[in-house]
Amino acid sequence: MALANNSKTSTFIKHGLTHIFIISVGLFMLYPVAWMIVSSLKPNNMIFSDPSIIPKEITLENYASGWKGYAGTGFDKFFINSLLMCAVAIVGNVISCSMAAYAFSRLKFAGRRFWFAIMMVTLMLPGHVTIVPRYIMFNTFGWVGSYLPILVPKFLATDAFFVFLLVQFMRSLPKEIEEAAIIDGCDKIGVFIRIILPLATPALVTTALFTFLWTWDDFFNHLLYLTRPDTYTVSRALRTFVGDSGAVSNWGGALAMATLSILPAFILFFSLQKYFVQGISTTGLKG
Amino acid sequence: MSGLTNFLRRNGVAYMFLAPWLLGFLILTLYPMLYSLGLSFTDYDFTEPDSTQFIGFGNYQKMFGSVFGVSEFTTITGETMRVDPYYMQSLSVTFRYVFISVPLKLIFALAVAMLMNQRLRGVPFYRAIYYIPTLLGGSIAIAVLWRKLFEKNGLVNDFLGALGFVDLPGWITNPDYALGTLILLTVWQFGSSMIIFLAGLKQIPQEYYDAASVDGANRFKQFTAITLPLLSPVILFTLVIQIISAFQAFTQAYIIGGGRGGVLNSTLFYTLHMYIQGWTYHEMGYASAMAWVLLIIIGVFTFIVFRSSNWWVSYGVGE
Repeated sequence: MALANNSKTSTFIKHGLTHIFIISVGLFMLYPVAWMIVSSLKPNNMIFSDPSIIPKEITLENYASGWKGYAGTGFDKFFINSLLMCAVAIVGNVISCSMAAYAFSRLKFAGRRFWFAIMMVTLMLPGHVTIVPRYIMFNTFGWVGSYLPILVPKFLATDAFFVFLLVQFMRSLPKEIEEAAIIDGCDKIGVFIRIILPLATPALVTTALFTFLWTWDDFFNHLLYLTRPDTYTVSRALRTFVGDSGAVSNWGGALAMATLSILPAFILFFSLQKYFVQGISTTGLKG
Repeated sequence: MSGLTNFLRRNGVAYMFLAPWLLGFLILTLYPMLYSLGLSFTDYDFTEPDSTQFIGFGNYQKMFGSVFGVSEFTTITGETMRVDPYYMQSLSVTFRYVFISVPLKLIFALAVAMLMNQRLRGVPFYRAIYYIPTLLGGSIAIAVLWRKLFEKNGLVNDFLGALGFVDLPGWITNPDYALGTLILLTVWQFGSSMIIFLAGLKQIPQEYYDAASVDGANRFKQFTAITLPLLSPVILFTLVIQIISAFQAFTQAYIIGGGRGGVLNSTLFYTLHMYIQGWTYHEMGYASAMAWVLLIIIGVFTFIVFRSSNWWVSYGVGE
């Protein structure tokens, strides 16, 4: 009995120490982000003179000055651009990737194994190898400067990660539901729309979520294809706001807008956390 | 003809569902890949596409000429071409980045995952906290913040100064340390690897550890004899994914180097160099050749890792 008690106490202490350790490391890791948020609320002249995490004075002046943006375009415009772009990208990815996934996971057809193998190869293919020709192609179409080079690929299921994620999920759905529907006179299109899609909702939410984050954070494509400030997205605008040399006078404004730019990710993450974990652990998605 | 109708009757619906993906693959992946392979043997200049010439392996000589001590060479069209003096630097920066950041990231991810795999309360909360850097790490906001933190008078030096360190460098502006700050930024984002490892660790039955304890195996022995072998398929997969994405790192280097390769090109990542060649200098033939070499490098490393897995990855218990 004494022995059991003893080991209980030692487990308690051990767990307590682990908790303290995990929390300290976590705080240390989050310190830079916390500093950014706090600094965005400090008066501009105190950001670097006062490195402490507790502001002596709170002000929203950085948000007001940053929100004005530059080149006559405000951050309200950049946020609307980003949000619209993400919304269309989500629609594209959800439709095209779920269609491909349905074919791969639930339909039998000649060449299935071959195309599936190709899809798995594209999963690992470095995107940079297609960038130059795609740019030349889109330029010939007159698409450079518009959102088309970024959005059209979403409607053609080029993000193989999501096809793979949805295939994994749809494969796990029981065969019987589908058979019952076919007996009831449903064709394959009906099965897809009425049975498979509703059942695949969790995986579709994960797809939408990661599409949002990756489109929101994407920089390379925005750098290549968005040429006019009034078409800029938040990430593209933020980079110009800070400039090449980094010698910005309005660091407060830059930090305030940087803080706002990570807000959507925060909100989505904390409201839909289980979909994140599911998405990452079922496919090993890159982070 | 009846063969085609027959094929369509049997497979038509499936191919209709597959159509967007198939089109995307053919138009946006396969065709561009072949196109860029073709471009890589030309001097295609984006601003004057009509004067494009076939230059054989000229672009490849331009990349690797410096290895053979050549600074100029003559292409098959008889023109003199200069060897790219920064190519090997970009390769070296990228290799150092990949081979330091990926192992460190995986070690951290595994260590933290093991720490959380105990029967602790609050693991979902901790997991969320540790995932935040990964959630935000790819954003421009964090890149901008990072540059600010590691400046000469940035927060990091304030911190170290308070601990009594003196003569601190500007980490971003010092060529010896600039790459290190980018590696740190990458390692900081170990969250998704951690989540994958944590899911893998949960699959290992507790009985194995209990049995090992009875047999007198200590913690370290349990780690090497149970945890590592059983987790090895997951480690292999994560390793491959991380290597592939590390070779393609771009955004953070672009922001921290101010659109260039940083001080003395110390952060001239491969893809950044490719971007500068293709879009700043309009040398898209050369950029295509660089892209193909990157594809081959990544292919070779993926292959090596998969081959090596024969002797370090186990797909069963009790061997």
